[in-house]
Amino acid sequence: MSTFKIDAPTFDIDEIVLNTNIHIIVCTGAGGVGKTTAAAALALRAAEHGRKVCVLTIDPARRLAQALGVETLDNSPRRVVGIEQREGSGSLDAMMLDMKRTFDEVVEAHSDPERAQQILDNPFYQSLSSSFAGTQEYMAMEKLGQLHAQARSEGIWDLIVVDTPPSRSALDFLDAPARLGSFLDGKFIRILTAPARTAGRGIGKLAAVGFSFFTSALSKILGTQVLNDVGAFVTAIDSTFGGFRERADATYALLKDSHTAFIVIAAPESDALREASYFVERLHADSMPLAGLVLNRVQEVTLAAVSREQAIAATEVLELGDAQQKLAAALLELHSERVAMVQRQQNVAARFTSAHPSVPVVTVVALPQDVHDLGGLRAIGELLAD
Amino acid sequence: MVDWSGTALHVVSGKGGAGKTTVAAALAINLARDGKRTLLMEVEGRQGIAQLFDTAPLPYEERRIAIAPGDGEVWAMAVDAEDALVDYLATFYNLGRAGSALRKMGAIDFATTLAPGLRDVLLTGKACELVRRKIKRAENAYDAVVIDAPPTGRIAQFLNVTAQVSSLAKTGPIHRHAEMVMGVISSPLTSVHLVTLLEEMPVQETIDGIHELQRVNLPSGAVFVNMTRNPILDEKQSAKVRKGSLPIKKISEAAIHAGIRESVDVLAAGLLQEANDHVLRADLEARERARIDELNVPTITLPYVTRGIDLGSLYALAEVMYDEGVR
Repeated sequence: MSTFKIDAPTFDIDEIVLNTNIHIIVCTGAGGVGKTTAAAALALRAAEHGRKVCVLTIDPARRLAQALGVETLDNSPRRVVGIEQREGSGSLDAMMLDMKRTFDEVVEAHSDPERAQQILDNPFYQSLSSSFAGTQEYMAMEKLGQLHAQARSEGIWDLIVVDTPPSRSALDFLDAPARLGSFLDGKFIRILTAPARTAGRGIGKLAAVGFSFFTSALSKILGTQVLNDVGAFVTAIDSTFGGFRERADATYALLKDSHTAFIVIAAPESDALREASYFVERLHADSMPLAGLVLNRVQEVTLAAVSREQAIAATEVLELGDAQQKLAAALLELHSERVAMVQRQQNVAARFTSAHPSVPVVTVVALPQDVHDLGGLRAIGELLAD
Repeated sequence: MVDWSGTALHVVSGKGGAGKTTVAAALAINLARDGKRTLLMEVEGRQGIAQLFDTAPLPYEERRIAIAPGDGEVWAMAVDAEDALVDYLATFYNLGRAGSALRKMGAIDFATTLAPGLRDVLLTGKACELVRRKIKRAENAYDAVVIDAPPTGRIAQFLNVTAQVSSLAKTGPIHRHAEMVMGVISSPLTSVHLVTLLEEMPVQETIDGIHELQRVNLPSGAVFVNMTRNPILDEKQSAKVRKGSLPIKKISEAAIHAGIRESVDVLAAGLLQEANDHVLRADLEARERARIDELNVPTITLPYVTRGIDLGSLYALAEVMYDEGVR
């Protein structure tokens, strides 16, 4: 039982992880809060309690990737060895997202080989598929959709746990797919792909005028070679990605499903909790199923009865004494610093809980070391369920 | 002593959660000391700088947001690719009006989305334009420009603009522009700093980040070791904790004698646990510190601010940088 004081309903992780009606768990939150580790820990816990689990990680630390056996990017799930059966006979598969390869596969699946090759060779496609800020988010969703379909048709998994990309904002996970979809289905793609003579009639004179500005500005700054590549890319991709937005919409609908649960991860720091707040509000606005908040890496209070003031006052007296008293002073100083840190963490946590009083919260105590193996993940799973 | 008087562009990167915005802000304050002018630039649209300085969201416009000790001034602006492209078209091609028409049509969003490298070259290009004011000794020049840059994992790509653009444009004006930008970024005018915590993953990212910067010939600057804890226990005291030879009962009795109201047993158990936790963490930090020292780059150590980061603590951190010799 955590001694971190928090005024919120208790988040019982096992009600989600062991609930056979939950088929997808999405772990989200700001970067650097332990999202990947939490996702892996939840997946392991579910598997060791009899569920057939697939975990999709985005960017695991090297040693965690090794522990899961996913250090090579092959874009398909691999069986994790070394799990312990507590109940039933579960299994755990893990994979690390290969964003470019997932994008390539979408292209290959939706066009004939010749056209697919044209797209894959185009420098603009290569730039878009490897570095567009939203590509990783879109591809995480795309892969989730694929895994879900595979789980249904082959019956190999009953739970998919997905980690989300380390975006500057947790909202990017929800927004980027629509952005990429609307970009590829967008007005400008249509303008660029429409034959010049219909441009004036079809889209209106203003657009045509704007378009000539556009091409002249672009050719001024980019040069004609680039403009030709843009044209070739847009023409090729237009016929392939007619339904791009529909795919994004389908995955979006999957996220709204009652078999899905969102778990928001945060650290007790104001930035991370501000992100968590935005995300919780957004899930609510979009009627997406929020299960609860994991407040990771909290500092525990020990010696709850000894206040900071009391410790500081005693420290001042003891500092002037002999070696033993100096030691006592140092240990009391450690205590007062720790109390101050816990108070600060509780204050930022309280800002979140008072704004979102109905969101269940579970706290996980800060561990001295990073997690590198299944044992460590198992321990986190137990802390989460405690 | 870290002499950055010849550095006009400071790029501050780091792992998410390590405090790069805070460090960039404190650095801008410190470098503005004694009548200088610095500019703090945001490029990710997060409005993190405005939140830190407790001001309204920053526009695409240079604004004074703080003063520094000794009549210095800190300015700030938020740069986004769309505004930078309109600005670029207006400045270099006299296409200002066309730029805003294009923006209305979504054309600029289209162009910067289609070619993310274009986005980066526009952002870094704006920073270089500000830096070149200093070279030209313009009246509105800044002594230093500090960018709150993308995180470590993306920093080399963000700065290595010619590589990004040359795959798309092998010749032509944008290519030349990228080379101009690269000329500034890879010169001694620029320093790329990484912010880290003394934890395994952030340190690993920092090491990988520095190697990556070196690989693409970008000038790595200092490592800012952020949020370090006050050691409190000296070496002898820590050794006692490690060996389990603390006279914890006597210590607790002394504490109670000095006014702590708790039973000896509870106090002894609690203090011992806290001492063990502290030493365990301090030892881990020392190990991570050693890995950073092996890098042989200047390091600047900043303390953990217990009360949280606000405007006051930014000035305090700027003071620490000054005391660490950052000029």
